[in-house]
Amino acid sequence: MPPVLELRGITKAFPGVLANDHIHLTLEEGEVHALLGENGAGKTTLMNILYGLYSPDEGEIFIRGRRVEIREPGDAIALGIGMVHQHFMLVPVLTVTENVMLGVESVKHGFFLDRTSAARRIREISRQYGLQIDPDALVKTLPVGVQQRVEIIKLLYRQADILIMDEPTAVLTPQEVEELFKVIRSLADQGKSIIFITHKLKEVMAIADRITVLRNGRVVGTTTPSQTTEEQLASMMVGREVLLRVNKKPANPGETVLEVQNLEVLDDRGNLAVRGVSFEVRAGEVLGIAGVQGNGQTELVQALTGLRPLLGGRVRILGGEVTSAPPRRILERGVAHVPEDRQRDGLVLSFPVADNLVLNTYYLPPFARAGTLQQEVILTTAEQRAREFDIRTPSILTPVAHLSGGNQQKVIIAREFSRPIRLLIAAQPTRGLDVGSIEYIHQRILAKRDEGCAVLLVSPELDEVMSLSDRIAVMYEGRLMDILPADQATREEIGLLMAGVKKSENHKDTKTQRGIN
Amino acid sequence: MSVSPSTWERIAARGGISPRKARTHGLIFIGAGLLIYLLFARAAAIGETSTFVLNFGGAAETAPVPDLVLPTAPTLYALALVCAFLGGWQLARGFRRPNLALGVITGLFIWAFLTWASRGQSFNLTGMLNSALLRAVPIALAALSGVICERCAVINIGIEGMMLTGAFTATLTASLALNLWGWPSWASMPFGLICALVAGAWMGLLLAILAVRFKVNQIIAGTAINILSVGITSFLSARILAHFQQLNNTGTLQPVPIPLLYRIPVIGPVIFEQNLLVYLLYILLVVTHIVLFHTRWGLRTRAVGEHPRAADTLGINVFRVRYVNVTIGGMVAALGGAFLILGSVGRFDELMTAGKGFIGLAAMIFGKWMPFGAFGAALIFGFADALQTKLAILEVPIPSQFLLMAPYLMTIIILAGVVGEAVPPAADGQPYEKQ
Ligand SMILES: Nc1ncnc2c1ncn2[C@@H]1O[C@H](COP(=O)(O)OP(=O)(O)O)[C@@H](O)[C@H]1O
Ligand SMILES: [Mg+2]
Repeated sequence: MPPVLELRGITKAFPGVLANDHIHLTLEEGEVHALLGENGAGKTTLMNILYGLYSPDEGEIFIRGRRVEIREPGDAIALGIGMVHQHFMLVPVLTVTENVMLGVESVKHGFFLDRTSAARRIREISRQYGLQIDPDALVKTLPVGVQQRVEIIKLLYRQADILIMDEPTAVLTPQEVEELFKVIRSLADQGKSIIFITHKLKEVMAIADRITVLRNGRVVGTTTPSQTTEEQLASMMVGREVLLRVNKKPANPGETVLEVQNLEVLDDRGNLAVRGVSFEVRAGEVLGIAGVQGNGQTELVQALTGLRPLLGGRVRILGGEVTSAPPRRILERGVAHVPEDRQRDGLVLSFPVADNLVLNTYYLPPFARAGTLQQEVILTTAEQRAREFDIRTPSILTPVAHLSGGNQQKVIIAREFSRPIRLLIAAQPTRGLDVGSIEYIHQRILAKRDEGCAVLLVSPELDEVMSLSDRIAVMYEGRLMDILPADQATREEIGLLMAGVKKSENHKDTKTQRGIN
Repeated sequence: MSVSPSTWERIAARGGISPRKARTHGLIFIGAGLLIYLLFARAAAIGETSTFVLNFGGAAETAPVPDLVLPTAPTLYALALVCAFLGGWQLARGFRRPNLALGVITGLFIWAFLTWASRGQSFNLTGMLNSALLRAVPIALAALSGVICERCAVINIGIEGMMLTGAFTATLTASLALNLWGWPSWASMPFGLICALVAGAWMGLLLAILAVRFKVNQIIAGTAINILSVGITSFLSARILAHFQQLNNTGTLQPVPIPLLYRIPVIGPVIFEQNLLVYLLYILLVVTHIVLFHTRWGLRTRAVGEHPRAADTLGINVFRVRYVNVTIGGMVAALGGAFLILGSVGRFDELMTAGKGFIGLAAMIFGKWMPFGAFGAALIFGFADALQTKLAILEVPIPSQFLLMAPYLMTIIILAGVVGEAVPPAADGQPYEKQ
């Protein structure tokens, strides 16, 4: 019997990159096939081709042995292909039912939406696959984990039997990941064939029947969890031996550098995003803030760096009051900021590397004298830093937009670390980076700590927080659930805190239960 | 959290608003009472009365409603006290629906103002409501056009120009049929209307081509349409209409009372004794609402307006949805222009839309991109407009500049307070790029 899906020689080039290079892939009925690769390996591109969002330069697609042309998503849907996108494709202001029926609406009297029968079918699907959902809830009120369920239900509602999930675990707590895995298993048992995309090795080992590893747009190999190890997969993915853990010396905390009391901050929509957060960070330690994205971490960091007004509370750095201080006064107190969105908040993309390296010091000597920029000094300093921080760029005059993500991040690190700093605030410092760059940035952060700098690390990647931090705070719905010493914290405990559950309480916060009837 | 909530927090929680807003509401209520006392009540002489006429010359005259005669000073004192009491209540206990209370206060304040303005005189309330509705119709149609376009995320700044084009086309074609071809007016007017709609459709299509196909900045595309329309209609009107008067005379539609309904006292003749274009507006409001929220097309339109990529991944043709909606939006705007001619004055003047398209956009925003919300806002604008002319006639001792300004100022304050923050469709104004 032919495989459910076969990709033959799929090739796709973007300006400057060969995102997919003659890729072959087969998917058998009822299997969970993991597609593993670093960021930028070409996984999303391949799936977008299969889903009709991109057209391939070369290659053929076979469904159950029959050659098909997929020109647009409608074709893919008609062939029974469904995709949960890396960034959810849900309309927040519509209800679950409306989102699910969108595009395949059932109508009554030939004209009016039939929400009732759609909701009924959603409940049936929900029962059949164990996907708890309230069809009448507005999508924007649902936690991400539940939104993902809506995405899966969308596929099942369209009777897709080839399900693509692009990095579905990136936004989930460890417990939610386990739940998702159960759902995936039950889907596979009922005959669905699943392509599961990830860059996390543990997940691949836990869920996959077969694993295909991609690197730089090419298939490196296909294997099964029983025939391989995490270390082997890592080196297939990266192309060399990699260290899977960070080596770090015990911390040696000194004086208090950052002191935050009862901080309250509003988000863009005027809702309270940070609700009375208090903590301190001492010299020579890393305080990690864990938590699922969107629980107030962004607003917290923006408030601490002067980018967002405070509603209440106090912030002190080295004993000096910086509550509501402008960003420049804060950074002049010795604060370095590695922002969450490096392209939006960290760099001026159209500026050359050299100028981006002095964005925080350009107005000071030696870069400026009598109000004019000293280009020569800026250029020689840039040359030097590019070497020191291993920034791979054709030239220091190249616009920073042309650099890869990892090198862009190195430009920021070089800029922030090249002046005397007492406090480093790093938000998702390795987001979207390749393993090599991640290693490098982790080492740099720990080196700063060992020099006696206080570090506040905010990251939704639990592994990152656990391996770098000396103390771990968990943020949930704008509050710090708890602060634990890193050597005593377990993944399970932190995972529960991330979901708003304290061990002693043993009941779930209401928000996580919304959307479950 | 073990902190016990303060009184303020409890009051705010009851009304579902922030503590600061709850307090501001209370102070506004008391302030309204104080203003009524200081500005109006103290100026009223003992024994003066204010008369409100509740009829106007229409078919309902057979069963006139008696005039409402109020003693000026006592009425004003009573209104001031009621406002102050409601304010005190809001500060002490908190209303469950503070925004509704704010609306009531506004109504009371306007009542007080009218009582004061018409002291010793009579004021035709029904007549004013009628003129408010007629002034609201073109604004409402402009707003509806805006709703239809922006719900699928295309900003239509060109409504003003589309109205102007519609008005000109209706004038020219209806006059041509009536005066040169000798058609009866029951045929010439629908003919003018249909030609206006066709012209509007072309204008809408032009905007769609610029904004959807060529991804021109939508503000610029709309402005270009406005400039184009002003130029063409002014030129043609100077070249053609000015020389051939019989091409600038369409006649106007007569009111058609709806049996029974028009007999409802006071508001009956206002709402149900109008010309057919006003009824067409009512129908369009209902149809747009139903289509937008209860049909496949509406669901797709809203999805495209909020998250076009999501719609695209579900096999929905984002471009087609936008083309169709914007074309229909152009037709509705042109209908607003045609109303100015066929439903109102019967002849074209250069720049006669006088900003109604833009006021319509404001009404769309105040109405939160909902058909009936936009209509409500248009009614308030129409009311403010009508009030201002009536007051000038009553010779109220306020400088005319302030009279012109005050209703709009008040409208904006009220709407901002009552309606609260309006959130546009998330993708509003952004061209969609296929990947
Ligand atoms: N729309 C696009 N235009 C240009 N380059 C792109 C586009 N999408 C992806 N790429 C490039 O293609 C490569 C593969 O990207 P992607 O498929 O997103 O990787 P993955 O999903 O494995 O992280 C990357 O180098 C990326 O920068
Ligand atoms: Mg990807």
